[in-house]
Amino acid sequence: MTAATLGALASHWMRNRVQFLTLVVGLALATALWSGVQAINAEARASYDAAAAALGEGRLDQLVPANGETMPQERFIALRRAGWLVSPVVEGRLRAGTSTLRLVGIEPLTVPVGAAASAALANTDLAGFLEADTLMAGPEAADVLRGALPNPVIVDASIASGTVIADIGVAQELLDRGGRISRLVVSPVQPLRQRPLAEVAPDVVLQRADGASDVGRLTDSFHLNLTAFGFLSFAVGIFIVHGAIGLAFEQRRGMVRTLRALGIPLDRLIVLMILELVVLALLAGGIGILLGYLVAAVLLPDVAATIRGLYGADVAGTLQIRPVWWLSGLAMAVGGALVAAASALWRLSRMPILASAGGRAWAVASGRGRSIQAAAALFLLAAAGGLAVMGAGLVAGFAILACLFLGGALALPLCLAVILKTGQDRSSGVLPQWFWADSRQQLPGLSLALMALLLAMAANVGVSTMVSSFRLTFTGFLDQRLSAELYVDAAGVDDRAALERFLDTRADEIQPILSVETELAGLPAELYGARIGRTYRENWRFLAAEADVWDRVADGEAVIVNEQLSRRAGLGLGDRLAAAPGLALPIAGIVGDYGNPIGQAIVSETLFRQAYPAVSAARFGLRTDNPEALRRALVDEFGLPSSSIIDQAAIKRFSLSVFERTFSVTEALNVLTLAVAAFSILMSLLTLAAMRLPQLAPVWAMGVTQRRLAGLEVLRTVLLALLTAVLAIPLGLLLAWVLLAVVNVEAFGWRLPMFLFPLEYGRLILLTLAAALLAASWPAWRLSRMAPASLLKVFAHER
Amino acid sequence: MNARFRSLLLVLWLACGGTAFAQGFAGLGTDAEGFAMPQPGHVFSFPQDHGAHPDFRIEWWYVTANLSGPDGTPYGLQWTLFRSALKPGEAEGWESPQVWFGHAAVTSATVHKAAERFGRGGTGQAGVTAEPFEAWIDDWHMEGDLLGTARLSATGADFAYDVTMRAAGPLVFHGQDGYSVKSAAGQASHYYSQPFFEVEGTLTLPEGEIPVRGTAWLDREWSSQPLAETQSGWDWFSLSFADGDKLMGFRLRDAAGGDFTSATWIEADGTTTPYGDGALVATPLEESQVAGRAVPTRWRVILEDKGLDVTVAALNSQAWMGLTVPYWEGPVIVSGSHEGRGYLEMTGYEAP
Repeated sequence: MTAATLGALASHWMRNRVQFLTLVVGLALATALWSGVQAINAEARASYDAAAAALGEGRLDQLVPANGETMPQERFIALRRAGWLVSPVVEGRLRAGTSTLRLVGIEPLTVPVGAAASAALANTDLAGFLEADTLMAGPEAADVLRGALPNPVIVDASIASGTVIADIGVAQELLDRGGRISRLVVSPVQPLRQRPLAEVAPDVVLQRADGASDVGRLTDSFHLNLTAFGFLSFAVGIFIVHGAIGLAFEQRRGMVRTLRALGIPLDRLIVLMILELVVLALLAGGIGILLGYLVAAVLLPDVAATIRGLYGADVAGTLQIRPVWWLSGLAMAVGGALVAAASALWRLSRMPILASAGGRAWAVASGRGRSIQAAAALFLLAAAGGLAVMGAGLVAGFAILACLFLGGALALPLCLAVILKTGQDRSSGVLPQWFWADSRQQLPGLSLALMALLLAMAANVGVSTMVSSFRLTFTGFLDQRLSAELYVDAAGVDDRAALERFLDTRADEIQPILSVETELAGLPAELYGARIGRTYRENWRFLAAEADVWDRVADGEAVIVNEQLSRRAGLGLGDRLAAAPGLALPIAGIVGDYGNPIGQAIVSETLFRQAYPAVSAARFGLRTDNPEALRRALVDEFGLPSSSIIDQAAIKRFSLSVFERTFSVTEALNVLTLAVAAFSILMSLLTLAAMRLPQLAPVWAMGVTQRRLAGLEVLRTVLLALLTAVLAIPLGLLLAWVLLAVVNVEAFGWRLPMFLFPLEYGRLILLTLAAALLAASWPAWRLSRMAPASLLKVFAHER
Repeated sequence: MNARFRSLLLVLWLACGGTAFAQGFAGLGTDAEGFAMPQPGHVFSFPQDHGAHPDFRIEWWYVTANLSGPDGTPYGLQWTLFRSALKPGEAEGWESPQVWFGHAAVTSATVHKAAERFGRGGTGQAGVTAEPFEAWIDDWHMEGDLLGTARLSATGADFAYDVTMRAAGPLVFHGQDGYSVKSAAGQASHYYSQPFFEVEGTLTLPEGEIPVRGTAWLDREWSSQPLAETQSGWDWFSLSFADGDKLMGFRLRDAAGGDFTSATWIEADGTTTPYGDGALVATPLEESQVAGRAVPTRWRVILEDKGLDVTVAALNSQAWMGLTVPYWEGPVIVSGSHEGRGYLEMTGYEAP
């Protein structure tokens, strides 16, 4: 009996090959989308980790030589013995055959967490690393090393390409720098007592790790973007799988009725159908993962390029198959299929054995669930609202997203039903009345596909709005904050006046960066003294400012504050701020300051020097047309260590290019999501086509031509898609708001202004309509070409 | 940092590869990898033997102290410097195969703070010199005269101590003139102690500086094979009684069944009586949940020959050294046939 039942179940697919195809392709596409995003996400994370590990010292404080490129190893010993937990690093270019690699020598016993190589070290053992002069490198560099050096090489994919890690002793020998070190990495945890640095090692300078934070924040936002997209695509995928499976089950209702009438027990039938489903899901999931791999492989070079640009470090651009997204893809396919089947099977088991299996009964059955659905939608939307008001934390942010997403999707059929009912009430004439009524009748069958479309659209609107808003805000912010081409860290320079004289003749404009940590309006804050020149005037954008703000600040008549200070102290334009003892000035401008946790106020350089004569500029921003020449002059002629000169323009270029590339990846994924949603519409229409014949045949019999009917079918699909798209825009904007104002605040601690992009949304609606048109045209074409005999059969057969 | 990397190193130190067969070559004085083996009848010579023995695989300078604050509040401190050789011998600079690590801790009834340091030999970051005596890693020091006055100091992120130790008695040799057997199969170490230090100094805790006084006990031990393959850990006691007598005893737990115990009774004048396997009986009475595992923190300790039958209870049951290789170490209070205080070290208690 089991074999016969399986045969019967399979025979359905044999007779309905298109439906079989749509089911498998639907599942496969949904899995592909999910696993593709997962792959990109996993790969990006892995690449970050590699790049971050390679440049990890950027996140830790360092001690660098005040003069020259290296310092004697004795500094390390002296500092350790004075209670400073530091770890030595020697770094240089290593010639291996015809190529040059970056060799980083580290001391494995003292290297702090989060420093270079700590990830790679975790995978190796000490004896091998220390004793045999072992080198560690990524796969490509390892090949180069094996050909050129006798040392044993350990391959570790977590090491950024082009970098070689070795024990400090080995590296000193290979670099011919015996007894010399390049820098000391300072452990973030230091003991209770230590002797002052100036006493132990007067010729080294403490370099704080703050320079890397801008880039860190940018990568975090990129990461969040990908995470959000993975989350949204998962939801879209679930809906699509749900639709595909649900429809397939509904369609076989007639067969189930027949099989049960023939005496197959219900439970066995259900077990067999589940079994069939799991096999199908695994097949489709497998195909989906391969497709996802292809998607990721096409998009990944962009992601790799993003990271390369961001860190200036090489990241392998090839995709590695990671078990995480293999498994999550298959789990998604099988889990989604089973969740979808659960409701269908439940309904099957509750259906009276001889109930009509027609489409109308289905619609009625769905109608009964409508009030539950409405209640669920209202509950979820209310929960989203409640969480937005009362919730806190990143989890709450994502919970709001989830509630909005599901609530919006569940509310869609209800909204559409109301709109269609209104349309029906306002229309006159037989055919229009039938058109509206028939659209309403078709709604339950299409609602899952339309929900998927709604979510795809909303996700697109939400993510595009977020990314574009980010891009606009950061472009402005970077332009104003990283306007100088070079920054010079003068902490280790004794004679700063000499440095300024040296720079005077060589740089176009010098911006000494004078700052003190102080209290403003009773809050911890920084006071800056600015030499107001064309850079400030041209680049800075204000959230609010008076007309002659820079003139007034330059004349010492006013002060500029950042958004944080303005908000926290409740100070607006024109309010007076005590910038220094005996110096209360009106606020003439408020600037956005993304990522800075504390308040900031800016006065003119003259006022600053009067208030704090002892403070001298620790950093200089330099404007120049030829940063490379200036950098070389500083190193060669003035003797500044090259690590003290930061090419800020390059950092800015990289940072901006991140957003361009993020955008292109997001765009590609947008198109893909829409394509999948369109496919789910096509699938639903194809599945419905056969069921709908009994409804279409009488209309045809009354004289409406097949062509006309087909035209109406297309029109209806486009109309439904248009309504869905229009409803998706407010949902998408809500999502974007949650991302920018809730998730972003929780993740990064500041809120970004939200910009609207009507043209972009218009384009998306057109794209959606085109997708719907495409999806509807094939079933419509089949209807218009259908043999009249098929329509006639409706009247002949008892269905 | 990378815990796995460092723990491999320590596992190397703790397990030493279970090469019990190497003991068969004891007559040659070296094991298969060229490390020197402890020999019975070794004649100690000082001050050289206060210094390092780089031909042996492992070695430690282990100080524990029972202290009291001005109001009588009991405290304990630990200062340990371990040496572990990747291969025998010493070399200059980064070539040195000697790896050093230090552990330091301060314990009261409610607080337990611990810190660790790592370093390489050959560069001057860590090491031990015999004359003048100095043992150090980074800014942690023990220096001076082990039969006179020595200074001991360490700092962690949230504690520090700096104390002076004054020797009030002779050095004490365990086992057979300092040849201390560790298993029935014959694993052994060279082991002597200076249990007669009087201590005075300052503890720095988050609540402030606390002047303290008390006693300290230095253990010196080196070997190339501390444990047999089936031995899963040890419980080690150093107890000082009110009448001036002292007891060093340990129990090595064997996964194959049957513990191995050893003890040295030290009279107030330094006269010692060594006891071999079975004389000392140590039985756990009560376990505490520490760092997700059950650790015995109240013991019954019996040494029949000396009429000793005492309960040894932890001052702070949570004295967990949550370091790269975690273990329990803290001050204990002794009651029963003898009153006193001391230190307890327990290793090898795994979380389930």
